Amino acid sequence: MRSTESVRKTFDQELEALKQTLLRMVDLAERALEDSMMALKEQNLLLAKVVIDSDAEINRLDEEINGWVIQLIAQQQPVATDLRKIITALKISTDVERVGDLAANIAKCTLHIGDEPLIKPIVDIPKMASIVQEMLRKSFDAYDLEDPRLALEIAETDDRVDRLYGERIRELMQIMTLTPRRVNQITQLAFICRNLERVGDHAVNMAESILYLTKGEQYHLN
Amino acid sequence: MVQVMERTRERAGLKQTAAPAVPDVRPLVYDTKLLNLWYGNHHALKNIDLPIRENEVTAIIGPSGCGKSTYIKTLNRMVELVDDVRTSGEILYRSRNIFDRNYPVEELRTRVGMVFQKPNPFPKSIYDNVAYGPRIHGIRNRQILDEIVEKSLRGAAIWDEVKDRLNTNAYSLSGGQQQRICIARALAIEPDVILMDEPTSALDPISTLKVEELVQELREDYSIVIVTHNMQQAARISDRTAFFLSGEVVEFDETDKMFSNPEHKRTEDYISGRFG
Repeated sequence: MRSTESVRKTFDQELEALKQTLLRMVDLAERALEDSMMALKEQNLLLAKVVIDSDAEINRLDEEINGWVIQLIAQQQPVATDLRKIITALKISTDVERVGDLAANIAKCTLHIGDEPLIKPIVDIPKMASIVQEMLRKSFDAYDLEDPRLALEIAETDDRVDRLYGERIRELMQIMTLTPRRVNQITQLAFICRNLERVGDHAVNMAESILYLTKGEQYHLN
Repeated sequence: MVQVMERTRERAGLKQTAAPAVPDVRPLVYDTKLLNLWYGNHHALKNIDLPIRENEVTAIIGPSGCGKSTYIKTLNRMVELVDDVRTSGEILYRSRNIFDRNYPVEELRTRVGMVFQKPNPFPKSIYDNVAYGPRIHGIRNRQILDEIVEKSLRGAAIWDEVKDRLNTNAYSLSGGQQQRICIARALAIEPDVILMDEPTSALDPISTLKVEELVQELREDYSIVIVTHNMQQAARISDRTAFFLSGEVVEFDETDKMFSNPEHKRTEDYISGRFG
């Protein structure tokens, strides 16, 4: 058996670089989400603008990964684990790109609220956000370590997010009927909850992709 | 670990969707059971178990010297032409062991056509190449021969290219055309199975594509076993793939599964070019 390690070397390096780029993208999206929450809590409009601007870099990385994946498929005709790695990178990067958009949406809601005093201290929304961030961090680790157990945990956590989302919306509706003059702010807060819930769904999609990567089977977790 | 995953999945009420499988119900053409083969002292095939099904393309892949060509040549007992060959185990063709002492080997070879790596037409006209098999089976009627030749050349997707020069020497054709003439020659005896031993390795990419397309069409009427060095070719055209290594079948599965999620690391390493 003649070893062809040298032939594969470039390909293996490319796969690793692709992975690192995607991990960087996940990291940026997670940070954008964290900043968007801080901007909301502190009503820091400057920070909200920074979050919106930073989405461009996430979008750029998504485009870079897409082009890279197309090139690798065309040049290397990947099979088996190589193929699954490449397909997974393509799918996860689409999800992360959306997470970046959702973080920017949250920042836009914060801008809409502006410096108008908040209807009540913001406690529950950041709580929901921290769960969602935890899901993103787990998907980062699950992808980095190729760990299917972590991926399954993400799916389980999403049920909590959905429950919190339902509770928040009901509460906001109640407040809205009591204080109809604050309808703009309440609607923006409801949008923020909706955006956070969507981030959770994308984290679950990423978990499905990671399960496909590690086990070679398709899963539907939600 | 797998069990833990299963349980976790059950707890979470997860649905797992499997890709649609190739139906396992097609009748067997060949069934190889515990086949061993020695060239002198060299143990070339070791305990091969391999079913081959009707109207499917079965690809055999593996590095040089892994036994894949030996195996395919065993299916029509051509391997016996080599000196000092011994076998054990059995190969059932249509439920009958081809190693039986009184098995009619000539009949086997009329039911099982073969196409080789290098196109090997006879130094005769295109017509005579294709009519050769039917003639040695006693067909003399010119009209019947004409029909067989046309049908076989059409079947091999080369009729339109040669119909106006059936009397020219087959050697005057390009390599890709010669190979399709050889396929037509195999079809002319109306075989049940076609064995192909690296049929495109001496062809240019366009001719390769034509032969690959042809294999897809032939599957409708024949069962095909193809040995190939070209893994992408196996992935493109076969229903099932067997991976041979050092005379053993490491893995045999549906081709889609083999090339997306092989069971064995050695298969993965081979198909993804880590050795070979």
